Amino acid sequence: MEASEAKSKRAGGSRLCCICNKRRPVLKRPKTLQQICRECFYEVFEEEIHQVIVQNRLFKSGERVAIGASGGKDSTVLAYVLSELNRRHNYGLDLFLLSIDEGITGYRDDSLETVKRNEVQYGLPLQIVSYKDLYGWTMDDIVKMIGLKNNCTFCGVFRRQALDRGATLLKVDKLVTGHNADDIAETVLLNILRGDIARLSRCTSITTGEDGPIPRCKPFKYTYEKEIVMYAYFKKLDYFSTECIYSPNAYRGFAREFIKDLERLRPRAILDIIKSGEDFRIATTTKMPEQGTCERCGYISSQKWCKACVLLEGLNRGLPKMGIGRPRGSVNGDNKHTKAGSTAKSIESKQCGSLDF
Amino acid sequence: MACNSTGCESGCYDREKDNGSKIVEDAVVTQESVCVKCKCNEPMTFGDGGSEDGRFCAECFRNNVFGKFRLAVTSHAMITPSDNVLVAFSGGSSSRVALQFVHELQIKALKNYEASRDRSLAVFGVGVAFVDETAAFPALSTEMIDAIEWIRSTVSSLSPPAKGLHVVPIESVFGSDSLDPRDRLVKLLDSVPDDTGKEDLLLHLKMLCLQKVASENGYNRLVVGSCTSRIASHVLTATVKGRGYSLSADIQHVDARWKVPIVLPLRDCVRQEITRLCLLDGLKTVELACRSQSGINDLVSSFVALLQEENPSRECTIVRTAAKLTPFYFNKIPETDDSNVPMATQRRLKRFNLKYDGSMTTEAFCPICNGPQNISDSSELDYFEEGQESDALYAACCSSCRFQILPQDGSSREQFGSFLPDHMISQVKHQKVNSQAYLREKIKDCLLLDDEEVV
Repeated sequence: MEASEAKSKRAGGSRLCCICNKRRPVLKRPKTLQQICRECFYEVFEEEIHQVIVQNRLFKSGERVAIGASGGKDSTVLAYVLSELNRRHNYGLDLFLLSIDEGITGYRDDSLETVKRNEVQYGLPLQIVSYKDLYGWTMDDIVKMIGLKNNCTFCGVFRRQALDRGATLLKVDKLVTGHNADDIAETVLLNILRGDIARLSRCTSITTGEDGPIPRCKPFKYTYEKEIVMYAYFKKLDYFSTECIYSPNAYRGFAREFIKDLERLRPRAILDIIKSGEDFRIATTTKMPEQGTCERCGYISSQKWCKACVLLEGLNRGLPKMGIGRPRGSVNGDNKHTKAGSTAKSIESKQCGSLDF
Repeated sequence: MACNSTGCESGCYDREKDNGSKIVEDAVVTQESVCVKCKCNEPMTFGDGGSEDGRFCAECFRNNVFGKFRLAVTSHAMITPSDNVLVAFSGGSSSRVALQFVHELQIKALKNYEASRDRSLAVFGVGVAFVDETAAFPALSTEMIDAIEWIRSTVSSLSPPAKGLHVVPIESVFGSDSLDPRDRLVKLLDSVPDDTGKEDLLLHLKMLCLQKVASENGYNRLVVGSCTSRIASHVLTATVKGRGYSLSADIQHVDARWKVPIVLPLRDCVRQEITRLCLLDGLKTVELACRSQSGINDLVSSFVALLQEENPSRECTIVRTAAKLTPFYFNKIPETDDSNVPMATQRRLKRFNLKYDGSMTTEAFCPICNGPQNISDSSELDYFEEGQESDALYAACCSSCRFQILPQDGSSREQFGSFLPDHMISQVKHQKVNSQAYLREKIKDCLLLDDEEVV
């Protein structure tokens, strides 16, 4: 297959777009390696997302939907495409932008400027929720206290709650995030590597949290990251393109590198990983966490206290390792002393980068 | 793994081991001069940079590995007195250890037999099979001759009890009445467009070959030496190829999809243990360069090696996660009312078969990889009622084989189908008939017309 693609590449100039057969091809589609023109690319890209939305019945007419907007390429393209499709196909949705300020100087403050511009460019009302207001801590403060390991755990847990709280403030019915096919494939691999069978069964669902406060969905589930970048590039969309300054140590990096190499060999492997994740035979009787509410804040939780409260408690009491790593003895709230004593020997947990959205 | 958190000396979590806590280390050194298990012998050091080096003495280490083997064999009733067992031997370390352990089990059984008064329990038979892949890798021909010589002498040294050796060329999978089987094999492999697909097809052909040897020579069990490390790689390659549904079928201790059930007694041993054991016991191995250097399988192997460097217990975690997937009804030795099977074995079979899916669902199997198929995958099966064999082949195969093994256009596919071993083609026909009949059974009482012509 690669041989024939190489041949056609050399013949380049005389060929026409595979789809319309009219215009000159300007790009090779990452997902299928087809050589197509810009207009056809926009069309297939937008149409595929529309089909995903329709076939999975993601929205109902009249719903208020918040778009998790970080200012990065995924959420910018999501906001753009969703408002375009909303208009074109009459989804009848009321769209909003919801942004979270984690308090990371030199990263989040810059990307928030991008979101504020998006608010104007796309005409979508913006709501910003900050960690400082919600929890009393910024990520910069947290990293100063706990160092550069496990900070993704804090940020991820806090962000999940922050999005739900923001969604409540906006009074929306649904939250959409820009998680793309690469993200989901990475998550499937991570969960296999870390032995998390419960998460493995949930992570490929396109809609999650239907029995929780705010259901969330991922319209980009089958969209390649490369194609999102390509779309943003050709459409000259305004987005912020720097990686979080605290991310280099995340375990997810292993999976990401592997998937990049895999994509080079076989582009469809990304979708194959997602398909495998959907097809895994996981018994429904597998021990799933029981859902309750947090005693401290009332948020949804499977333990006595929600994870955010446990982590916050640790931060406020100067016990940075509380809530990190596997629990020893009884469940979280009770074994504060053993946790403090065992910091020296505590297993360096690889929970960083688990986006359990 | 024996990695308990107190006093864990392995390199897996404790990054500070090399340069920190000197005081602690001194105390530990004096403690560690005896084997942690028997506390009397001196611990063995392999000096291979692996984990848990210098903890166990040679005897305890060996007993540990053999113990895992024996536990797997007895708890899954892999080898029972009335069985005739064929050991798939590649010359590599895992299959060498598997052969050695099976041999030791057989010696023990022979000793018991000779010592017992009533000679009630027979000794199981053991054979060895080696698949010669020269037809697929012509460059290996000289290496192969030496390798086969070495295998012959190795197997004959494992006597008594004597073991039959079957060296079969891979092209024998086409049957004895195929004209120029070598050429057919080359044509078959050349028509596969994808490198990884080619590698995988060769593996499937190898298994068919082993099955053929086993059933033609009266063996009723096929022992494959796959270790935890190999299975961990398989978990990832299967995931990456979209084979998530059939994954749980491939990684269990027993795979009875086949005519001769496959058993994996070394499934719970990691490659490091096996390599160390070969070193310890002086077991020689031969590594034939039978694999190409590109493709997904190699990418995954490098990835797993990288993960292992970062955390030596990662392989085990991967296999443990995959083990939580639901197995299939054929992932156990089938219960039998055969009077030759001792009562103890029958009882054991019943006890360990409880947790599996009780329903004998009619799974469709891919004719090429023999993977069980998800119903949604095989929904296109009935579309190709009449039509050329190639279309039927396409419809019958799983999506992974369709993509990486079958040629893309109709005519090449037809030609490809003609090169496939007859066994695989007969699977296609069998499937087509089966599913239509199956559906008809379900709706029979509502059909008004008697004939097969459905609108």
